[in-house]
Amino acid sequence: MLQIKNLQARIEEKEILRGLNFEVKPGEVHAIMGPNGSGKSTLASVLAGKEDYEITGGEVSFKGKDLLEMSPEDRAREGLFLAFQYPVEIPGVSNINFLKAALSEVREYRGLPQLTAKEFLALVKEKSSLVELDGQLANRSVNEGFSGGEKKRNEVFQMAMLDPTLAILDETDSGLDIDALRIVANGVNAMRSPERSFVVITHYQRLLDFIVPDYVHVLYKGRIVKSGTKELALELEERGYDWIKEEVEAAQL
Amino acid sequence: MSTTTAIAPKEKFLQLVEESKKQFGLADEQREAALEFLNQFEIPTTRDEEWKYTRTTKLSNEAWKWSNDHSVETIVPYRIPKLNALELVFVNGKFSQELSSNVLLDGLTFMEGATLVSNEANQNDPANFFEAFQRATTTGAIYLGTSSKVAIDKHFHIIHLITDQNAVSTPLIVLNVQANSKLSVTESFCGNTNGLTIRRLSANVATNARLEYNKIQNEGDEHYLINIDEVAIDRDGYSNLNTLTVAGGWVRNDLRIALNGENIEANLSGFYLPRNKQHIDNHTKVDHKLPHCVSNELYKGILFDSSTGVFNGKVYVWKDAQKTNAYQNNANIIAGDNAVMNTKPELEIYADDVKCSHGTTTGQLDEQAMFYLRARGMSPDSARKLLTTAFINDVLNKVDEEVVREYVIQLLVEKELLTI
Ligand SMILES: Nc1ncnc2c1ncn2[C@@H]1O[C@H](COP(=O)(O)OP(=O)(O)OP(=O)(O)O)[C@@H](O)[C@H]1O
Ligand SMILES: [Mg+2]
Repeated sequence: MLQIKNLQARIEEKEILRGLNFEVKPGEVHAIMGPNGSGKSTLASVLAGKEDYEITGGEVSFKGKDLLEMSPEDRAREGLFLAFQYPVEIPGVSNINFLKAALSEVREYRGLPQLTAKEFLALVKEKSSLVELDGQLANRSVNEGFSGGEKKRNEVFQMAMLDPTLAILDETDSGLDIDALRIVANGVNAMRSPERSFVVITHYQRLLDFIVPDYVHVLYKGRIVKSGTKELALELEERGYDWIKEEVEAAQL
Repeated sequence: MSTTTAIAPKEKFLQLVEESKKQFGLADEQREAALEFLNQFEIPTTRDEEWKYTRTTKLSNEAWKWSNDHSVETIVPYRIPKLNALELVFVNGKFSQELSSNVLLDGLTFMEGATLVSNEANQNDPANFFEAFQRATTTGAIYLGTSSKVAIDKHFHIIHLITDQNAVSTPLIVLNVQANSKLSVTESFCGNTNGLTIRRLSANVATNARLEYNKIQNEGDEHYLINIDEVAIDRDGYSNLNTLTVAGGWVRNDLRIALNGENIEANLSGFYLPRNKQHIDNHTKVDHKLPHCVSNELYKGILFDSSTGVFNGKVYVWKDAQKTNAYQNNANIIAGDNAVMNTKPELEIYADDVKCSHGTTTGQLDEQAMFYLRARGMSPDSARKLLTTAFINDVLNKVDEEVVREYVIQLLVEKELLTI
């Protein structure tokens, strides 16, 4: 589904991704962990097509196509979804109107028939209840005045609406209390299927109790430096990152 | 053989005044009074503080003429759908009886004709050359006056059509909203030729009266438009004035509101969405003279391509105007690589117990928001429209009449500026 080979990216002369390799197959759930500033959000942004980053090397293929050649909107239409670490507030743009417009463009691209107003509202109702998002929030301006938890749930709600094949969740668990965490995780789990894959970026092992990953990776200094199964997350929780950093430094000598 | 010498622009305008004598209905003494001012004034240049960012050179060098062309077959394309309105139509600055509705309403006085109507206008001095020129010529004029205690529920739609190349129009509109009455007007400017329109509005809003006024400026790249709006409001009065500039080659709006009593609410809002090399200038002046009044000013602009914009907002709060609430906001998005906005709030406050605020912002379209919308599958074009729509939405919401608002939105959609 997703193949990343030797990806290198920088921003303002600063190397952030330095030869990253990573592969996701259909139906898999991958967790990416790593210290602050290691490049996790950069990876997510580069995959989603943010133009601030300069790609200096490597390749990314998504469902067999060259992802880096595609515009951000075409990536989304192809089925890539990024739940932002910091969802953007857009005053004056209603959540619903925006989603309606976005979904209509996405469906057109995918060759699906347009939804009637009634079908659309039914879908909104179904998907917002999935993350127990208050119906009122759907009608407000995009993320404006939303609490941190509401913003994250709104991201998962939008993901459910857009029905992606690969969802990247960038710290969707950060700032959530345990109930909200459970809700978000249930929403994600309800969407798991043999065709749909997830990349879950997190700092906290507790999320992975709810969304159980097939693989866990450590991203450090712009590379995946360690990969394992869910036990690796437990080990990181206990031991922190220092031992990994040491391993990396030792390997470089 | 005849030799031609270049005639100074001012002379050309004076010649137009001379030619107007034979054509339009001003009384000689009215024209003479205005001519006295006209002779004293010069055509404003960027050396004049009030015209610092608005060039008049091109306008002054055009070969303007009076036009008697009246070849308008139908006004249907300019009609506001679903609006229950009486239509008052000007063609090349002259009032057209044939194209206009019959104004026969209980509680409403309608007059037409430059001499008659000019006498009803505010008798203050013209502020500059163009204003004096408008008064000295006045191609056509209408008067709408309500009787006191009558809320006119019909809307009035004033339509300005320009059919002729190089045509100048200098119409006058006088409104007299008597005590405890109400009047709602929308005015459309539809000049699509290389024309010049200088239109004066003189409005009186009496005690506890209410005026709702929308100007829809939707003109072509070649057209020059000057609007002079003078609104005087008495005690407990209310006005809501919206200046909606959908398009216009060169537009100068001077809006002056005098709050002459206590407990007045004056709202003035506007948006401007210039494209290409269009130039839109909004000069506003709000005069708080007595206590307990509120003024709300909100102007927003999105400047595309190489367009330019000017906002100058003067607010005076005089010594006696305690407990004044005066708010002013001007926000701009620079959407074109070569677009420029000049904005300047000017607040002068001589009373001490007042709440006044002003803010101006000029920025780019929010790139973070753009990326967010695109990352959800929206094309850059529809994402941009969604954001610009959101940006001017609060100005659109100031329009009282829902069908007028819908009509403006439709115009913006047709121009591919908005999405709904
Ligand atoms: N726009 C930018 N300009 C300059 N530097 C940036 C920019 N964006 C990110 N960086 C830098 O790139 C590095 C990687 O940032 P990134 O946000 O990808 O880290 P992260 O792994 O997601 O961290 P966290 O766990 O704190 O979210 C950091 O050093 C950060 O300061
Ligand atoms: Mg991050």
